[in-house]
Amino acid sequence: MSLRIVVCVKYVPDATGDRHFAEDLTVDRDDVDGLLSELDEYAVEQALQIKEAADDAEITVLTVGPEDANDALRKALSMGADKGVHVEDEDLHGTDAVGTSLVLAKAIEKTGYDLVVCGMASTDGTMGVLPAMLAERLGVPQVTQLSEVSVEGGVVKGRRDGDTATEQLEASLPAVVSVTDQSGEARYPSFKGIMAAKKKPVESLELDDLDIDADEVGLEGAWTKVEDATERPARTAGTIVKDEGEGAKQLAEFLAGQKFI
Amino acid sequence: MAEVLVFVDHVDGAVRKPTLELLTLARRIGDPVAVSLGNGAADTASALAEHGAVKVLTADAPEFADYLVAPKVDALQAAYEAVSPAAVLLPSSAEGKEIAARLAVRIGSGIITDAVDLEAGDEGPVATQSVFAASFTTKSRITKGTPVITVKPNSAAPEAAPAAGTVEALAVTVADASKGTKVVSRTPRESTGRPDLTEAAIVVSGGRGVNGAENFPVIEALADSLGAAVGASRAAVDAGWYPHTNQVGQTGKSVSPQLYIAAGISGAIQHRAGMQTSKTIVAINKDEEAPIFDLVDYGVVGDLFNVVPALTDEVKARKG
Ligand SMILES: Cc1cc2nc3c(=O)[nH]c(=O)nc-3n(C[C@H](O)[C@H](O)[C@H](O)COP(=O)(O)OP(=O)(O)OC[C@H]3O[C@@H](n4cnc5c(N)ncnc54)[C@H](O)[C@@H]3O)c2cc1C
Ligand SMILES: Nc1ncnc2c1ncn2[C@@H]1O[C@H](COP(=O)(O)O)[C@@H](O)[C@H]1O
Repeated sequence: MSLRIVVCVKYVPDATGDRHFAEDLTVDRDDVDGLLSELDEYAVEQALQIKEAADDAEITVLTVGPEDANDALRKALSMGADKGVHVEDEDLHGTDAVGTSLVLAKAIEKTGYDLVVCGMASTDGTMGVLPAMLAERLGVPQVTQLSEVSVEGGVVKGRRDGDTATEQLEASLPAVVSVTDQSGEARYPSFKGIMAAKKKPVESLELDDLDIDADEVGLEGAWTKVEDATERPARTAGTIVKDEGEGAKQLAEFLAGQKFI
Repeated sequence: MAEVLVFVDHVDGAVRKPTLELLTLARRIGDPVAVSLGNGAADTASALAEHGAVKVLTADAPEFADYLVAPKVDALQAAYEAVSPAAVLLPSSAEGKEIAARLAVRIGSGIITDAVDLEAGDEGPVATQSVFAASFTTKSRITKGTPVITVKPNSAAPEAAPAAGTVEALAVTVADASKGTKVVSRTPRESTGRPDLTEAAIVVSGGRGVNGAENFPVIEALADSLGAAVGASRAAVDAGWYPHTNQVGQTGKSVSPQLYIAAGISGAIQHRAGMQTSKTIVAINKDEEAPIFDLVDYGVVGDLFNVVPALTDEVKARKG
């Protein structure tokens, strides 16, 4: 039987661009170029490696996001994923983590899965909570923050490098995993991959298709509210000296002045 | 006064500093009730009482160590049901965030992660967050359910505030569904004897400019002279010069020390994301155009192999 892998990928504003908030205090996704979250490339990569090691596997990439989020799916498809699912609905604007996890969980169930692969965190929200929420909602094991992952005989194994210890983890499928940027460089799409991606199927789903009411998601349905967002004042220009033999002394002087030494 | 649940991060009974900070913040919202799980849970009580815990709920069962995350969610949920708190606070570690995430879904509550400050508000606690690589500061609040909030280390200075700290055993039944992910083995990280990166008052970090694992002792020597923790950029980590646990930045640790010294680090946005909220920032870089200089309070344009060892000597001499 084919191993059904669903990779959750997010379309995010470019971190090197000028990210900011829209008037309704949601992340402005219109004025800033977006792309497939770099941390989700690692998820796609590990899914591809798991597929390559399996007899028979199929990778679906799933995104919840605006129309342009299709770019994120295309990138993942050009890396080698087989098909895409795009959940897009006007009522999704402003959905927070709890709401997004509901939509993703329903879409994953509808798609059918043995293994869900996520990135460690999205590069815009950087919460790193979705994978745990998905495991909770789907009622399957959570095998997260992995720097190494493999699947064999219906069992997923992985290494989790925590703050105080390194753990070897193991769970039976179906399961949700998330992988870190230590899991191995993501491949670049080949020209052939990019051409092939154009013909790969992408299914569009709306909230109705997932039996989700509009008031469960979106800005109105959100479980959290941003009340205020202010740009951090630019740090006032500091003192910069050129080292001509005295640099260390000058720096020590500064540190002493600040009572660090 | 309402009670506030505080999830305790400890190693075999030794409470880690971020938990003491949580207790300090919790007191702004209500009476802290600490939840301490696993081996040594009861040993945490005196430190917790010292910092304001009115009650310490403890539970120890092999499941907390044998399975990942979910058993602790069961326990925190049991505490939540026993106490009906005004808010639940957890440290913003990988594990803390995951426990928070699952609890929020279970109890039907909103969640805020990585708060850097917390205050009481008319409609519930207001959390300050630092977003987009710390270029924006937001204030948010949870609008549904009981606020579940994770707080970053170094968000508050722990204050002593002796309270009763009555120890009570928490009855926990770990569901079978929570035993899905086995921890097959656990290798504790070896202690370097230096302060913990996220807790340290001073951090000295090295980047690609350090140019080899064999040169990192130059960074370590400066750190040791200042009693500092050692950090590294991802470039240095990816090159295998320093362990990933020491990485500072978006996909590493986020630090907010009194003093951050960056040597041979260019200051890419992903690195800044993890250190931009440091109080005082110092950089040593031979390229005067390096973006890190936009952030600094004091910068030295120069070769780190000249400046850092000389600075180490200066510090030692001044400290006597
Ligand atoms: C999704 C994602 C996540 C990331 N997460 C992180 C993260 O968590 N942390 C992180 O750090 N990076 C992260 N990065 C990488 C980041 O983009 C940069 O590549 C990285 O921070 C560069 O490290 P560096 O400054 O040490 O190296 P470089 O950018 O190569 O800079 C080296 C600096 O050293 C200086 N130098 C060289 N020799 C000397 C000398 N002898 N004396 C003084 N100065 C010298 C040079 O002038 C230069 O400015 C991430 C990237 C992505 C895409
Ligand atoms: N809108 C989304 N669509 C698809 N996947 C997502 C979305 N948001 C988050 N994810 C997945 O969840 C992971 C963690 O995200 P977060 O908890 O938001 O930091 C990401 O790396 C993705 O794999």
